Amino acid sequence: MTMMCRLLLLLVLSVAALPAHAQTEDPFAGLASDDFDGISQAITALALSGDKQAAPTIRALQAEALFAGTDGALLIKSDAGYRDARTGAPVADVDEDSLNPVKVNNKVRRAVEAGLGSLDLFAATPDIRRKAAEAVFTSRDPAILPALARALAQEKDAGVATVMREAQAASMLESADAVVADKVAAVATLRLRGDLEAQSLLASLHDQPPAVMAAASTAISAIARLQQLWSIVQSVIYGLSLGSVLLLAAAGLAITFGVMGVINMAHGEMVMLGAYTTFVVQEVIRAYVPGLFWASLFIAVPLAFMVSGAVGILIERGLIRFLYGRPLETLLATWGLSLVLQQAVRSVFGANNRDVGTPAWMSGAAQWGGVTVTYNRLTIVVFAFLVLAALMATLRYTALGLRMRAVTQNRRMAAAMGIRTPWIDALTFGLGSGIAGMAGVALSQIDNVSPNLGQGYIIDSFMVVVFGGVGNLWGTLVSAMTLGIVNKFLEPVAGAVLGKIVVLVLLILFIQRKPRGMFPLKGRAVEA
Amino acid sequence: MASFRQWLRGVGLATAAVAATQLFTPAAQAQAPATIKIGILHSLSGTMAISETTLKDVMLMLIDEQNKKGGLLGKKLEAVVVDPASNWPLFAEKARQLITVDKVAAVFGCWTSVSRKSVLPVFEETGGILFYPVQYEGEESSKNVFYTGAAPNQQAIPAVDYLMANEKVKRWVLAGTDYVYPRTTNKILEAYLKSKGVAAEDIMINYTPFGHSDWQNIVASIKKFGSAGKKTAVVSTINGDANVPFYKELGNQGIKATDIPVVAFSVGEEELAGIDTKPLVGHLTAWNYFESVNNPANKAFIAQWKAYTKNPKRTTNDPMEAHYIGFNMWVKAVQKAGTTDPAKVIDAMIGVTVPNLTGGYSAMMPNHHITKPVLIGEIRADGQMNTVWQTPGTVVANEWSPYLEGSKDLIADWRAPLSCGNFNVVTGKCGGASK
Repeated sequence: MTMMCRLLLLLVLSVAALPAHAQTEDPFAGLASDDFDGISQAITALALSGDKQAAPTIRALQAEALFAGTDGALLIKSDAGYRDARTGAPVADVDEDSLNPVKVNNKVRRAVEAGLGSLDLFAATPDIRRKAAEAVFTSRDPAILPALARALAQEKDAGVATVMREAQAASMLESADAVVADKVAAVATLRLRGDLEAQSLLASLHDQPPAVMAAASTAISAIARLQQLWSIVQSVIYGLSLGSVLLLAAAGLAITFGVMGVINMAHGEMVMLGAYTTFVVQEVIRAYVPGLFWASLFIAVPLAFMVSGAVGILIERGLIRFLYGRPLETLLATWGLSLVLQQAVRSVFGANNRDVGTPAWMSGAAQWGGVTVTYNRLTIVVFAFLVLAALMATLRYTALGLRMRAVTQNRRMAAAMGIRTPWIDALTFGLGSGIAGMAGVALSQIDNVSPNLGQGYIIDSFMVVVFGGVGNLWGTLVSAMTLGIVNKFLEPVAGAVLGKIVVLVLLILFIQRKPRGMFPLKGRAVEA
Repeated sequence: MASFRQWLRGVGLATAAVAATQLFTPAAQAQAPATIKIGILHSLSGTMAISETTLKDVMLMLIDEQNKKGGLLGKKLEAVVVDPASNWPLFAEKARQLITVDKVAAVFGCWTSVSRKSVLPVFEETGGILFYPVQYEGEESSKNVFYTGAAPNQQAIPAVDYLMANEKVKRWVLAGTDYVYPRTTNKILEAYLKSKGVAAEDIMINYTPFGHSDWQNIVASIKKFGSAGKKTAVVSTINGDANVPFYKELGNQGIKATDIPVVAFSVGEEELAGIDTKPLVGHLTAWNYFESVNNPANKAFIAQWKAYTKNPKRTTNDPMEAHYIGFNMWVKAVQKAGTTDPAKVIDAMIGVTVPNLTGGYSAMMPNHHITKPVLIGEIRADGQMNTVWQTPGTVVANEWSPYLEGSKDLIADWRAPLSCGNFNVVTGKCGGASK
């Protein structure tokens, strides 16, 4: 039996044409090697050895939990203690000081991914088989071809089978003894795949028969054309995503600056407070109810609204109400206030960035054709529209909204009708600040939660509001999306720095022609 | 009775005499309290506080420790901490205050190159000493500044060499924040890569503003650039805050370190402490020190730091080691010179050799830069670095890059008789082609 195993092992190894020193009797020995090349070769050999401990050992290495003892022992560390990598048996009384972690670098990681790929081709779950096939596609090791053929023969899932065929094509092109017709067919398979990985693989081909090279070069240009089309769609989506971030940041300002006319330079700090509220909520959840982490953002949204809203009301009552009608003083006072708030947060939470986690349901990305959309960006787009809808509904359909509109349109008439205008002012400012706080919850997912968070958004927010037309929420929406998309189309052409400048110049020219923005408010209220 | 009166008179006279000396020779009296002042010029507020506050703390720890060992020249050391608030002109003001009002013996400070450029004229005018602890773009050597951070050839070039040799990288993305350090470093790297036979179309250069947070299409274009069939790597001089969304976006778009590795020159343990490092595993950093370096000196330093800050989670990083080296060099130079007089200490500094924390020795060279080993590390899941490669010995800094047109003929040597920061070896004149 052992004899058989060894013979098989020897056969597999010689087929794989591995370097001589990996052909030791113990497939595990090379893992304790000192150099990365030795370790990677050992992993490849181990994966092909058919040893039943191969998969757990390589997985442990991937998790940085594989340790080598001075006597050549290999141990897998887990929460329950150490196990012997060769036998899987638990090991007691381990002297931790004598252990060294098996060294990992990118070369080793590639070997690990390829090794696991070949092992997982026969896994029970289709998802794991798909991942394994992707790993084989990346590693393109001709030695895996026989295993791949067997896996493909018994594959029931059509999606996984496609990936396996692509992996087969990729490995085939690397194989020295594949026939030309097979290779040309492989190129055709990759052309159908049509993504950047396929393009990259085809472009890296060299020393192939002329027929293969010709097929590859037509396939590359076909893929490039396809990618060109997708990249336009992708830019629009990136633009919408940036636009929704701008919209969120500016929605609050559309109230405080747009409706009330207060130049609030501390607006960004309201956003920052919202982000820190998210951080605090997550810390509390982590400490007391870790199971609720997925809901942390839902809890944070109303809390951030309340925190930033309350601070906003305090600012209005304590500072801004004394400065109505004096824009220059308001600007300076709120600028000073923004510095005070930043330093206050820095003193309480420290100058370092705070780690705000992303719930699992917001991680990852969806792939539609050549377009990738990450779930966190998608969530923010949806959230931005919800916030805007809620804000419009508040202004349109609630008593508070009615009073706000009344006060901003004709303060003296509203006062004469019995509305307590100072109180409405405070609430309006609080509403605008609260919305900035909710924006902070969303921004905590894509930006650094640091005391400087707000500064990055203040200029953009003013730009959006002014461009859209002061006092008009629809204008804010259209302007945020326009700026987002224009920015994303300019960035690849002009670079991020120049792109921003170009947008700013265009904006200035536009404001010169239409000082009231895209959608100016009309009527007597404007003239007053 | 008379004797008592006489004694009283004597005491009175003596008091008057002491008072008079105090009045007429204030300088002599001021030195009598027997402390040596050391200026600490790091931002404690504003954007740079995130990085610089740590350096203030490490200086306080080093001074504290030196005092426990009995001080220096029989005197206690006293730290004078000022806050330039991430405001570049304020750096110059505070530096002047430290030197002329507080009369400090040396200043340890600055992080950004623009803050260093701002204080440079102050130090050159007043003759003070500045220890600058951060890796920078080079192209400078001042009589009054000791550069304990890395020059480009002590960080950037070895990192590129590593990628060429070990990852067989053929295509390069040079991505940086738009300011002087990345622009100069990338200029040097571009010239270096071309000298190694890399074609112009295999180099992509991209600059982004400070704090850039929307990386979606830049990462997409990197991905596209990387799919031309040649192994691609990103050399990142992206600064501070912008790194987190950058790496997040790389993870989101499925770019792994095994596909397109990113080697960063401005990301250290401190920057990684606040973020989820799982998507970053395998990406590279190049420094002259890692917290994970395993040797007794480093272990002792880390233990001391954690005890001093009373925080077992505090990390150490490369600029901290630079201050550790710089401070010990200064102490040694003062002992050698027997005085804290800056002019004499500046002369005594050259040739001073002290242990660094990576198990070797660093020496102050005549160009006012120090010798350093270069370490390439891969980011681990716990936010620490795994050293995957290291220069066999220490590397001497090229303060003037041999790969740039204006600077390749320049050398700096602050020893007499040359005593020049930009000596042009072609024309044989000091104050050569630079700037």
